[in-house]
Amino acid sequence: MKEKSVGIVKTEYFTFARPPKEVKLESGEKLGPITIAYETYGRLNKNRDNAILIAHALSGDAHAAGFHEGDKNPGWWDAMIGPAKAFDTDKYFVICSNVLGGCKGSTGPSSINPKTNKPYALEFPLITIKDMVDCQRELIDYLGIKKLLSVVGGSMGGMQVLQWLVSYPERINSAIPIATTLKHSPQQIAFNEVGRQTVMADHNWKAGNYYGGQPPAKGLAVARMIGHITYMSDISMAEKFGRVKKANKEPFKFTADFEVEGYLRYRGDNFVKRFDANSYLYITKAMDNFDLLEGRDIHNLFKGISAKVMVISFKSDWLYPSYQSKEIVRACKLAGLEATYCEIDSTYGHDAFLLETEEETHLVTHFLKKVFFNSEDKG
Amino acid sequence: MKSSNIPRSYQVIAEMIKKGASVLDLGCGNGELLALLIKEKGVRSQGIEIDERAIYECVSKGLNVFHGDIDSGLAEYKDDTFDYVILNESLQQVKHPEIVLREAVRVGKKVIVGFPNFAHYSARFQLFFWGIAPVTKALPYTWYLTPNIRCLSIRDFINFCKLHNLKIEKSIFLSGRHKIKLFVNLLAETGIFLVSK
Repeated sequence: MKEKSVGIVKTEYFTFARPPKEVKLESGEKLGPITIAYETYGRLNKNRDNAILIAHALSGDAHAAGFHEGDKNPGWWDAMIGPAKAFDTDKYFVICSNVLGGCKGSTGPSSINPKTNKPYALEFPLITIKDMVDCQRELIDYLGIKKLLSVVGGSMGGMQVLQWLVSYPERINSAIPIATTLKHSPQQIAFNEVGRQTVMADHNWKAGNYYGGQPPAKGLAVARMIGHITYMSDISMAEKFGRVKKANKEPFKFTADFEVEGYLRYRGDNFVKRFDANSYLYITKAMDNFDLLEGRDIHNLFKGISAKVMVISFKSDWLYPSYQSKEIVRACKLAGLEATYCEIDSTYGHDAFLLETEEETHLVTHFLKKVFFNSEDKG
Repeated sequence: MKSSNIPRSYQVIAEMIKKGASVLDLGCGNGELLALLIKEKGVRSQGIEIDERAIYECVSKGLNVFHGDIDSGLAEYKDDTFDYVILNESLQQVKHPEIVLREAVRVGKKVIVGFPNFAHYSARFQLFFWGIAPVTKALPYTWYLTPNIRCLSIRDFINFCKLHNLKIEKSIFLSGRHKIKLFVNLLAETGIFLVSK
């Protein structure tokens, strides 16, 4: 597959909001300096009108495509980004940045607080999806892009896309929110809360001050296991694992007998190696607090917006069910926006947005082609 | 698409539509009609379609299309949002045609309705002499595979419009590629109406 890849890539860093020019967050607190890790693929054209911003989900990062030197596995959305792929890097300039609050190069709770020279831990202010998007806008300014061809993302990435539509409609030509919602539902909040409580129940968490010592690995791993259950569907689990038992039994009553148990444990343990527990708390909280309809009427949500919108959902996704995407569609209709909505018939559950790349490629390729053609047309 | 391949009904509908109008196509299928209207009339368009495969075809034509059910998909639109709402070959397939038509007339200044005439003589013949549910050129499905759950004739539709105070501004009747002027309920395979409040 390497021939259809963007090849070897490197994460870059952009720092802004250096004191005294700190950023005022939605919470009212100030934060600075802020570093945003990002990667870019393809080339920005002369008119600077071929840039696409990819927004990642809860556990994602800036490394969306290609390979880091020495890595076997490509970025998290490599199937969609590259030469002749949906986000065709021969045509478009693709940007992906790690969210504010993250732990993969962007400023977050594990970063050093310049005031104390220690990791922020819980000194880190509460962040919101809007704060994440504001940082992305700073990055786009820095890269010299006036108007993005598109903003795209699934799940929490989709929330950022919707926030872009509301906060900076004049800075985007189109938006593709995938498997996402205008606001987190009680069920979504509930699953996140269980995840957070699991982290905090780990005695290694120590009110967030575990840096330099043992991280709350068990707690975070269990949180991730719960997460993975919500990302799959009944059918996809049955197809993937069935009731197949693992071959090597250990002399203990509660070993991972079933394949599904082994899978969840593997996923949980793997996650701990690459993710910071406090980032998990902050980012899931940002998702829970996301509500574009708070203080806004759905009738006016997208009023006056001229960006083209394509909404995608998946039939078996019970974590971000289609009715939530249909609410986005409803807001489009109320605003008289010409838009597209497709509910892809998939059995993969919420994970589908990372797995149903064939259908997504078809939709995205043609949609972007038209948006790009129209934006060039307008000159 | 070569002009000779364009269904006659599409041409008839295109002739009813003013240049640059806004159009909502309910049950737009693979989007051929909308693509034609964009090309020939420069319309602004939105489609609604229930079939996923058809959505992919629409998107590859560069159309705006919502995946969904037209039985429930119009509530969000304000009155007179569109210059035209089109129900071509879809009214006979909806669960609640009365509600769909009422909604179409509400959100569109004008509504274009095209449907196969169940009272065409070939259908009458099969039903009367052979005693079977008709399978004809305009109604090509067997009773067990047909998506057409509403069996209406041209006269039925005219009566419906009278009953609901809908004004029929134009009506065109087709048999194959030919327009029919006389005994339309017997001789026309398809009826296309331009209706307003």
